[in-house]
Amino acid sequence: MTAFSRRQRIGQRLINGVAGLGLFYIFLPILVIVIFSFNAPKGKYNIKWQGFTLDNWAKPFAESELTAALWVSLRIALISTFCATILGSLIALALSRYKFKGSGGINLFLVLPLTSPEIVLGSSLATLFLNRGVDFGYVTVIIAHVMFQISFVAVTVRARIRGFDWTLEQAAMDLGATPSRAFWKITFPLILPGILAAALLSFALSIDDFIITFFNAGSLVTFPLQIFGASRVKIPPQINVLATMLLFASVSLMVAGTVIGNRRQRKLAGN
Amino acid sequence: MSDAASPVADGANVDVIRLDQVCKRYGSFVAVDNADFSIGRGEFFAMLGPSGCGKTTTLKMIAGFEQPSSGRVLLEGVDVSTVPPHKRNVNTVFQQYALFPHMTVADNIAFGPRSKRLDEAEITKRVSDMLDVVRLSDFANRRPAQLSGGQQQRVALARALVNYPSALLLDEPLAALDLKLREAMQIELKRIQREVEITFVFVTHDQGEALTMSDRIAVMSQGVVEQIGSATDIYKRPHSLFVAGFIGSANLLPAVVAQGDSAGASFDFWGGGRITVKSGHVNADVALTPGEQVTVMLRPEHLHVSATQPAGESLSAAITDIVFQGASVRVVARLANDTEVTALVAGDGAPPFLRPDSTVWLSWGPDAPFVLDGWPSVAGATTTNVDSIEASL
Repeated sequence: MTAFSRRQRIGQRLINGVAGLGLFYIFLPILVIVIFSFNAPKGKYNIKWQGFTLDNWAKPFAESELTAALWVSLRIALISTFCATILGSLIALALSRYKFKGSGGINLFLVLPLTSPEIVLGSSLATLFLNRGVDFGYVTVIIAHVMFQISFVAVTVRARIRGFDWTLEQAAMDLGATPSRAFWKITFPLILPGILAAALLSFALSIDDFIITFFNAGSLVTFPLQIFGASRVKIPPQINVLATMLLFASVSLMVAGTVIGNRRQRKLAGN
Repeated sequence: MSDAASPVADGANVDVIRLDQVCKRYGSFVAVDNADFSIGRGEFFAMLGPSGCGKTTTLKMIAGFEQPSSGRVLLEGVDVSTVPPHKRNVNTVFQQYALFPHMTVADNIAFGPRSKRLDEAEITKRVSDMLDVVRLSDFANRRPAQLSGGQQQRVALARALVNYPSALLLDEPLAALDLKLREAMQIELKRIQREVEITFVFVTHDQGEALTMSDRIAVMSQGVVEQIGSATDIYKRPHSLFVAGFIGSANLLPAVVAQGDSAGASFDFWGGGRITVKSGHVNADVALTPGEQVTVMLRPEHLHVSATQPAGESLSAAITDIVFQGASVRVVARLANDTEVTALVAGDGAPPFLRPDSTVWLSWGPDAPFVLDGWPSVAGATTTNVDSIEASL
């Protein structure tokens, strides 16, 4: 009995240890980024630990090109996320709500952008723009981002509204609500958490994207492009500072989302 | 239940709901076949039948969620066949209630009046009145998930009734409740209906529910309305073998016409024995020509069991089973032709002669038999156990 429970305890510790190692493996790069934002590098490359300083955080926007690139990225992410969230949510609604001719095909095509290599998407889109004579810049990058974000949004929202009770909408209309009132008062508030989660995810994807953006940006420089392009000349600690800021912004958004979501869930469940 | 007191009283002579030769087809499948009937003001009307008989489809066509393939649906005398649900003055209580989970009880109830842009003061008054009617005044600020099943059911009722609909449509409203609660809610529903004086149209597969609550019942089978009538009507004078078998339990005994005229008729049971039946106890579609195949329906509670052969008409049978049921004893017996019949013997104990394998005589009063056209698919006792009916579907 005791032997058994001791063996169990050891097993439990082993599982915890392995899980801890796994988490460490995932978080190590992030940890390095954060730590090196406090580094005082000698020379242009912030890759070797020299000493602790708060200077980088005091002057986060010292690298004007980097800062400009960050603003470009944020602007693109906001606009493309806005468009992709609306379009993707509508696709998800249509697919989960109605069974129509070709809905199976759309389901298949929806995951295609998620599964095909970015390099293929990026280069073929660039070819398309070149052939059409479209000038590369904000518009092409936003179109490119919306293209892959739509799939992420649609798949995420669809997963979140699976099992949604559509008789709620019927009940609303039965009570005299027009179809649009039924949607805005009943369906939309109930699926909003799913839509917000999808928007958050696709915002991060847009900020982060390198390959597709690289092919379609022309002379426009986004945050990842700037870092990549400058890395041969210098790696200033401001990269780490701005990256850490982005990281904390998205983490706090996610935490806020989870907290609000849980509170709502508790309310709906009636505790 | 005077029309003057009804909140929807206008044109009191017009039927609240009229189905005019309504058919609903899905491809080649006929879900509802020529439904043609009216429902009056303040009536408690049940549509009863096994699942897939078309009762819910009929209800959805009245609510507006389905449109008839042919025929017309009239509300208050107006053709609404193609009018969408939000423009029809009927409200539905859904099977799983479909309460809005993100709203309080009060907001759920206020949803209809707010959709119609009523004055907010009027809405507040109506909501609190309705909460009174369904006895949930203390729960106005709760959310649906904080309520029990029966309370949720009452919120669903209040949310529908607050709109003063011409008719309230209820789709299996008690199916989600357990047995005890279901019985209590039957009484509660009836009370609320009397209080608000609104037409209730009620869909159920549970004949007990339909018999207890309804003024009239439409029995449906395979898309066809088999019979419409009061509970006593359809129980005592079923128009078809389906109705006879579906409502209550019955012994359906195949027979042929021996002779008959307007004064009465007599029939020879298949396998021996004769029965004489008064006029008025033979269904209208039975042809009284000798040799015609008919079914004699005898309810178990109308069969008397005796140890010796009685003076009048009777059948002999061998007892196969005796089941004590509290207020009565159910006797299962086998006729000479191997048909199994059941009889209910009142009293809390079986008389000593009732023993398995003993031979008894079954007799009946003059008002007991009712004769239907054709032979039953299965001769003898039908079961009324809801579970076994559902299991057989």
